[in-house]
This record gives sequence, structure tokens and C-alpha cells, in this order.
Amino acid sequence: MIMTSTLSVSDDVRTDDAVASERALPVTFESVTKSFGERIVLNGVDFSVRAGEVLAIVGPSGCGKSTLLRAVAGLETPTSGTVRIDSSPVTGLSETSAFAFQEPRLLPWQTIRRNVALGLPKGTGKAAGAAHVDELLEHVELSAYADHRPREVSGGMAQRASLARALARRPGVLLLDEPFGALDALTRLKMQDLLLDIHAKHPATILLVTHDVDEALQLADRILVLSPTGGHEGAGVANVIDVPGTRPRDRSSAELGALRSTLLENLGVDSHRH
Amino acid sequence: MSAAEETQGRRSPQVNGGTAQATVGSYGSSAAGSGASPEAAPAPGGKPPRAGARLLNTTGGRVLLGLVVPVVVLAAWHFSTAAGVFTSVQLPTPASVWNAAAELIQRGELWNHIGISTQRVLLGFAIGGLLGLAVGSLVGLSRVADALFSPTIGAFRAVPSLAWVPLLILWMQIGEDSKVTLISIGAFFPVFTTVYLALRHVDQNLVEAARAFGLRGVRLLTTVQLPAVVPSIFSGLRLALAQAWLFLVAAELIASSMGLGFLLTDSQYNGRTDRLILAIVLLAVFGKISDALVGVVERWAIARWA
Repeated sequence: MIMTSTLSVSDDVRTDDAVASERALPVTFESVTKSFGERIVLNGVDFSVRAGEVLAIVGPSGCGKSTLLRAVAGLETPTSGTVRIDSSPVTGLSETSAFAFQEPRLLPWQTIRRNVALGLPKGTGKAAGAAHVDELLEHVELSAYADHRPREVSGGMAQRASLARALARRPGVLLLDEPFGALDALTRLKMQDLLLDIHAKHPATILLVTHDVDEALQLADRILVLSPTGGHEGAGVANVIDVPGTRPRDRSSAELGALRSTLLENLGVDSHRH
Repeated sequence: MSAAEETQGRRSPQVNGGTAQATVGSYGSSAAGSGASPEAAPAPGGKPPRAGARLLNTTGGRVLLGLVVPVVVLAAWHFSTAAGVFTSVQLPTPASVWNAAAELIQRGELWNHIGISTQRVLLGFAIGGLLGLAVGSLVGLSRVADALFSPTIGAFRAVPSLAWVPLLILWMQIGEDSKVTLISIGAFFPVFTTVYLALRHVDQNLVEAARAFGLRGVRLLTTVQLPAVVPSIFSGLRLALAQAWLFLVAAELIASSMGLGFLLTDSQYNGRTDRLILAIVLLAVFGKISDALVGVVERWAIARWA
């Protein structure tokens, strides 16, 4: 919360405390290394994420994509190095970021509405909180299901509720860990459009871990390829790709097709076979 | 007192409650499993109704079936005593037990016995249950508290209930305090054990998500961890209630001038088998009623939280 009030001072247009944190924040990785016991997962990741951009993080399975994301949320502590949101280092659970997990992770005994409200920042007034939750439920098209329990809605709806819960925090950084990975192809495309829509309405820096190269090309401003580099153990920044074109992008453009081949090669897949 | 102590000595194996506590562990952990993943529970309804099972599908039908055994037992009791199989000291007729009840009601004693016993059970159950919930939560969630307190609590649990009685009487005299304390001890352990075990099986993904959204400490406990173990809490509470009645009789057998346990010993000295059986029947009836009441709350709570 200290963070939030500093921001409201620097940002003189917005004085309301709750609105103040709704500003996209840059994220910096400084030589971030993480090992679990003997196993080195991340090895000296250096990277700067610009405020407000959508960064997709791709890489081979088990290369530490999720670990990198969890380090931004404060769910993991790097073995060495620093993660900074804006200019403050992340120590412990960060209040300026919000996380949407691969599974919805909703409380089964609460309604969708109460689950979304769980994401509201501490100290939100009752009326203001309820209004914000209603607005978010509308954005993710769940207003009609607000009073249902998670088990009474589909997987896509539960994942949208999880997204709304993260947005309720008015995060400066939105962390998405393969949020659409478990959804069917059609639902996934709809969710991608929804995410872009939401990004336009709620300014936030988005870090999106995905194993889907097409998803990365469709959503991201830049794609970070995380992979073991230079014979080191543990993953580092293997490549950074700027994705051209404004969103929404034509899913069948030739330019994206070429990038897709590059990306797949980066990931060690022979693109001519796919 | 000397006769009372003799009674205590003979009855202690039954009132110890060791077996009841031994079952708590497996009971608790299985309930914890269902609490953590309620999706795994089979959907209710959808069973095709069978002609023979129609009685089972209505509340009235189940009550009717539940009454079959008591009625058969009552009939067997009536006819065997009427035929003179037992002497009236061994087993009096149902009618004489009924008359004993009527007589005690007339003298205004029965409601006093029932009232004071119920009050002791409820107080002890409430105090022991709440403490069990609080201490079970603390030890179940904090690894430090677990390492610090678990061995000691385990050792105290191993002490048979009646071993506390002399000490409690020494400290608190023969009054309500020592009885309620003994019953609280009895109610504490089932709740403590089930909550403690169940909390270790709460879905860690849910806890992590809640923590990521800033929930900590008591708010995390009441928002995520306790709701997730509601089924276990209630199985603990039902065991605790049974223990409370068990410990009530233990407390009243030893030193009291009122209550159902006193009615038992007093009837024994005076050779009033009719009153003795009356006291046992009343313990069965009130034990069952209180368990059913907790069962109603349990069904509501599970529908709400599971």
C-alpha cells in the first residue's frame, strides 16, 4: 500500500487511492537465478518488461517459465538476483501484481461473485468493491452467473472468473500462467480476444506464460524465449522477438507465419513438419 | 464415597473412551479428503427408484424402519418379563420402568436430573469443542506449534479420563466446575484430532491462490482453511458430543447429588433396577437427540461449504 500512495502522489491526475494503482508498471529481472536444491532452473535472467506491454514467455516444458512468473508475484524467492516492479524490489507477496493460475483455483463453497471479490485490494470500501466486482463480471460476461458456485459453471467460465479476480486487484502487472491451457480450442480463441479487450480497458503490463506459439503471436507485443543458453545449466533469455502489427492480428498472415517458424526452431521443433 | 469408588473401579473400562478416540484418526483423515476435493463426491439423486426401496426414499419411511428394532426389543422385554424369565431385580417389566419415571416426574426429580446433566454436557461440549477447534487450527497450521505441542497433547490424550477425576476434585472441589472440566477434556480431543489432521490435507493450490491475493493469518483460516475442513469439523463435533455424554456419566458416577449418572449409582445402592434402566434409556434418548440436532446443523453446513 505504501507503493500505491507514492504512485498517487506522482500521478497528480488521479487522486483516488483505489484508482491510483491502476497504472501499468514496468518489470525488471536482474540476474535472476533460481535453483531447487541441486537443480538450477533459471540461470541469470536479465530482462526489462516495458510498462503496458504484453509479453509472452515461451520455452520448452519445465524450463522455468512458471518459476519466473511466480518470482514476480513473490510466490517464489530467487536464489540470487532481483525482480523489480516499477523500481521496488519484490520481497514477499506483491500487492501491485495479480496472478491467474493455470487452474481457476476458485473457492468451491463461494459464489463466483464472492470469489472475484477475494481479489479486491485490502481496504476497498464495501460499495466501491461491489461496484467494481459487478463491472468486472460484466467484462468477462459472467453477470448472469454471479451467484453460481464454481462447480456449476463451465471450465471457461471458471477461468474467466479467475481472470476477473486477478483484475479486481487493479494490478499494475497481470501475471498469467498458461491461463487458457486447459480450455478447448474454440473457448481459447474467445478468451484470447477477451484478454485483449480487457487489456484495452484495464491498463496493466501483462506477462503471459504459454506453450502455444500461436497464442503468443496473437497476443504479445514481444515474445521472450526462455531456454538453456550457451551450454549453461538452467534457462536464460535465448531470444526476444518483436511481434509486428497492431492487435487484433490476422491469425493467418504470412508475416506471422514466418515468425512462427522462427519461434518453433527456437524451441527446437522442425517447423516444416507442423 | 467408598461405595462410589467401588463403582468407579468397576465401570472404568467402559467409561474410559479409549476406543472412541482411537477411531478418530482414520475418521478424520477420510473426511478431510472429501473436504479437500468436494468435486469427487457423487452427485445426489439420479438413482432409479426400486419398488422394494421405496420406503427408504422418504423421511417418514426411514423413521418407520428405524422404529422396528426398538419396538421388537420392547416387545421381547415385555413378554419375557411377563412370562417370568427374569426376577424383577434382574430385569423389571417395561411398565414398572414407566411407573418409575412417572413417580420421579411427580416428585419433580426427573427434570432436575435431566436438566442438570444436559446443562453439564452442553457446557462441556461447547468449551471443549471450541478449544479443540482453536488448538487444532493452531497446531494443524503452524509447524512450530506442531513440533512444540503435539507430543504433549498426545501424551495427555493417552491419560484415561477417570485418572483426571481425583485431581479435578482436589483442585475444584465437588461442584459443577470439576464436572464441566472433565466433560470439556472429553470433548476436546475428538475435535482437536480431526481438525488437526484435516488441515494438513487442505488443497494447497487454493491456499496459495488465497495467499497470492493477500489473505493471511486468521482471515486465511476463516476464508479458506476452516471452510475446506467443515465436514471433518462436524465429524469431530459428533464424536465430541458422544464423548461428552460418556464423560458426563463418569463425572456423575463419582461425586454428585443430581444428574442421570447419580440416578444410576443411587438406584444401584437402593436396588432400584427400574430406575437404573430408566436412567440408561434416558441417556440413550438424549444422546441420540443431541446427535441428531448436530446432524441437522452438519447437513446444512456441508451444503453450504462443501
